[in-house]
Amino acid sequence: MNLTLKVWRQKNSADKGKFETYEVSDISPDMSFLEMFDVLNEQLVNESRDPIHFDHDCREGICGMCSMYINGKPHGPKDAITTCQLHMRSFKDGDTIVVEPWRAKAFPVLKDLVVDRSSFDRIIQAGGYISVNTGGVPDANEIPIRKDIANEAMDAAQCIGCGACVAACKNASAMLFVSAKVSQLALLPQGQVERKSRVENMIAQMDGEGFGACTNTGACEAVCPKEISISNIARMNREYFSAKVSSQKV
Amino acid sequence: MSWLTETLTSTLGRKVIMALTGIFLILFLAVHLTGNLQLLKNDGGEAFNIYAEFMSTNPLIQFVSKGNFFFILLHVLISIFLTRKNRQARPVSYQVAVKSETSTWSSRNMGILGTLIFVFLIIHLKGFWYEMHFGQIPYKNYDGFEARDLYAVVDQAFSQWYWVAVYLVGMLAVAFHLSHGFQSAFQTLGLNHVKYSPAIRFVGLAFAILVPAGFAAIPIMMFFT
Repeated sequence: MNLTLKVWRQKNSADKGKFETYEVSDISPDMSFLEMFDVLNEQLVNESRDPIHFDHDCREGICGMCSMYINGKPHGPKDAITTCQLHMRSFKDGDTIVVEPWRAKAFPVLKDLVVDRSSFDRIIQAGGYISVNTGGVPDANEIPIRKDIANEAMDAAQCIGCGACVAACKNASAMLFVSAKVSQLALLPQGQVERKSRVENMIAQMDGEGFGACTNTGACEAVCPKEISISNIARMNREYFSAKVSSQKV
Repeated sequence: MSWLTETLTSTLGRKVIMALTGIFLILFLAVHLTGNLQLLKNDGGEAFNIYAEFMSTNPLIQFVSKGNFFFILLHVLISIFLTRKNRQARPVSYQVAVKSETSTWSSRNMGILGTLIFVFLIIHLKGFWYEMHFGQIPYKNYDGFEARDLYAVVDQAFSQWYWVAVYLVGMLAVAFHLSHGFQSAFQTLGLNHVKYSPAIRFVGLAFAILVPAGFAAIPIMMFFT
């Protein structure tokens, strides 16, 4: 396959950045999108040019590091996969592919396609944890949890924190991410200790990071590689208002 | 900051104000349509004029009416705050964005639709509400009940094609605004349930089609009769 790539290049967060066009040839349709970038970068290194910086780690769709906005959609044209799971057979020979970084005030571009997603880490630090006793490992299934509840919590826990929801949202809102984390813990008995303070603190942090509000367009769930449902956002709203009304924090 | 201000000024709190005021305005639309359909009654405006006189003089209705104006302004004001925050959340926009595949047009353009509705409202209020409250509308006597002849004002307006056109555009904007807003309000309030959400979406869509269509039928039918 021969392809034309229009890729966002930006030296650092202070740089304005611009698109640059590259040609790649002899790309196998069986390559992943990131492998195609590896080929391009090898080409650039051989020409003594600065390779394109992009985030990646596991390349198995579970770490949440890869983050490319491909032809107007986070993680490219296919549903329910990350950029690393996207294969070149999803494109046609001769295609022009536009690749941009996630765009959000809370995700500043560090270099090229690499954005700083530590705002997500700070939201997790604000409440996305549970208190447990230290000591020996507890027995599995010691705490009974109904199967349907466990399933729902697991569906929410699938979130890998890649930020595609923020990238796709017209408001760069982080609601789907935060709601997945809130839901996962609110549904389980282990999450009850911090249940109220968690949602209050995580949402305060989310607002402070400069993410937008939710217009319920549903773009986030449509692009989520883990198919997290916006029913989690409704649950987070319920959690938030019941916590605000009933918690002791004034 | 007290917990209450913190709640109401958070993004979620602001969205809840949007949802609650939105639901109030939805209820208002239903009541308003029921009353206005009397314009189509073939009685020279008697039923409508008596109804309009009651609505504009009854203290309880007038109290709710003030609330209605307040909620409209609150809905607009909060939407401006939210839109500003949303714009700031993405300072650099994308070169290419395929939005139509992942969301509906009306859900992405609630602000534009809302602005259209607001402009329509100003024209609408100036045309009828202002005339009723501050204009000089002659009284008519209906079996001893004195009522201003608002019907004549409406009839006069809807005999001109441009008034009809304004109302059709306005109702189209309302329809698209409601097609997203109705179900979105429930989602914001956390009312998303596998049993009830399909019903909410169905009722929302039916409301978004039937109510604006009912309103639009009035100027069309009055224009042709």
